[in-house]
Amino acid sequence: MRRQVPLVICFVAGVLMLAQSFVPPLNWFYTNALAWARIISCIAVFIGLISLVRLHATKVRRRAADWKFSIITLLALLYMMLAGLLTRYGVFVKLHGQCVPGSMGDKIVTGFQNAFNFQDIFLNIQIPVQATMFSLLAFYIASAAFRAFRARTFEATLLLVAATIVMLGRVPVGHYIWGVPQATAWILDVPNTAAKRGIMIGIGLGMTSTALKIMLGIERTYLGIKD
Amino acid sequence: MSFAGARLLHISLCVLAGSLVLCGQALCQSAPPDTPPSPATDLVVKDTPDDDGGSVTLSWSLSADDKGGAKDVLSYEIRRSKSPDGPFTTIKKVLKGTSSTTDEKKVENNVDYYYQVVTKDASSETPSAVAGPVRAHVQWFNLGRLNTLLITILYTALLLYFISRAKKGEKLFVRRIAGLDALDEAVGCAPEMGKPALYVPGISTISDVATIASVNILSGVARTVADYDTRLIVPNFDPIVMTVAQEVVREGYMAAGKPEAYREEDVFYVTSSQFPFVAAVDGIMVRERPATNLFIGMFFAESLILAETGASTGAIQIAGTDAIAQLPFFIAACDYTLIGEELYAASAYLSRAPLLLGSLKGQDWMKMFLIGCIFIGLVTLNVGFAGFKSLFDLPLTIFR
Repeated sequence: MRRQVPLVICFVAGVLMLAQSFVPPLNWFYTNALAWARIISCIAVFIGLISLVRLHATKVRRRAADWKFSIITLLALLYMMLAGLLTRYGVFVKLHGQCVPGSMGDKIVTGFQNAFNFQDIFLNIQIPVQATMFSLLAFYIASAAFRAFRARTFEATLLLVAATIVMLGRVPVGHYIWGVPQATAWILDVPNTAAKRGIMIGIGLGMTSTALKIMLGIERTYLGIKD
Repeated sequence: MSFAGARLLHISLCVLAGSLVLCGQALCQSAPPDTPPSPATDLVVKDTPDDDGGSVTLSWSLSADDKGGAKDVLSYEIRRSKSPDGPFTTIKKVLKGTSSTTDEKKVENNVDYYYQVVTKDASSETPSAVAGPVRAHVQWFNLGRLNTLLITILYTALLLYFISRAKKGEKLFVRRIAGLDALDEAVGCAPEMGKPALYVPGISTISDVATIASVNILSGVARTVADYDTRLIVPNFDPIVMTVAQEVVREGYMAAGKPEAYREEDVFYVTSSQFPFVAAVDGIMVRERPATNLFIGMFFAESLILAETGASTGAIQIAGTDAIAQLPFFIAACDYTLIGEELYAASAYLSRAPLLLGSLKGQDWMKMFLIGCIFIGLVTLNVGFAGFKSLFDLPLTIFR
């Protein structure tokens, strides 16, 4: 029973989702399914939160390696959660002079104001740190390209030649070298696009096949059920 | 001042005022008249095709004054009425240069509607001729997707046929996939080196088929890891994926007969923010130094940051994704990469379950069919014969 009910739900939902794409009056199912997915995602945040807190609390309790970072994580989590909630609902906002009169009383603030520096922390710490992580990509591209372009095999040599032409074609000086813009355009438009489309056809078939296997209950690993 | 003088002054002022009024009128008459813009023409209204009703599509020819005419058109106003004589209510406005729109504002099905498009400039407006009646209807089948349905039926039939053949015990040949062959070897390295294995199931949700494919692979990996008595670390981006991953890994350990070796704290949630997730996983790679890193699922810009950090720690790395833009990064930085469809084939390939292998065979035959169609289409179109291409329009032509 524990195994059959999820499979039946999966089959019915799968058939309805497939049908709605061909039968317009069934569109309501798609709209409702999306709404339910959003609701479940919101609830799932709590599951994630519990997992995160449990993991770091255990590390602190056991004095595991780098447990001090876990304390920072837990404190940051607690601070931002409280600051966000208190800011949103206007509690203690008077301390920061952000209080404005509202229809629900003078504790309501308009939008996300600056109580406990919630917005400042997000904009001045979180965003720059994220940007820093992203910017690492530039250096990693260089190091990965260095390894990939070592012309040890025929394929690697081909990659090196193609990459050199495309890179030249993408910088201003390349436009002044005879044939480079045309060669760049040809590499991107013909072999590159052909390969991408070939992969995309395979992916499309693979996705459809996987979806069908899930609907028919042939593939059930995702339910934690053995074959 | 004498009475005569005063009277003379009064007459003079009257004459002056009269002259000013006349001059003003003359000036006004010399200004160009406020001519309204030319109307939109050829207004056609029809029920929006292939929908579930409640929508009417309008199209018209632009006013002659739209774009460069004598009177510059600013917008078109769509008006609707249930009677050809009005009164017409404004439904929506569209900008100049727009020649079609849909009305979805409380359109009742099976009710006659009449429409008018009013061309507006800065100061005046010109209505078009009234078009209608038109009725919105519910369509029970989306004819625009007829070809998709036919190809879906064909593909499903092929899959079911090969699955039934596999059920009968027929041996099906499946080509080697190097990345999957290396999986056992890669995971086997971890216990030899006394290090854990790391599995990242991508940064998408469970509704993504790539994530489901990744979870299927995770199941096989968990069994292998349990067999080798190794630790498996699975950081998650999505709480629902984490819940599924916990279940799958637990099942893997149970299947290997070592349920006690499963550690729930090793399959955990990190964050649903892209780069903080990368920072956390990079940190795990640098601190824990896993012997094997598996990046399988849907990845975005973080793919190379993860793979390069992993490469710098000297781990054996296998990646698999259907994100075409990330494939080159994984190929450059990982030892093996499952490219696109190989990700979806992995579950069948690893489990060797006949039913799954059957579906893999059906997938290959469908691919052959599509390659054949593309090749024939290419040849026939290049020799100037469009008959083959028009075959694909035939079902629609018949049913429309």
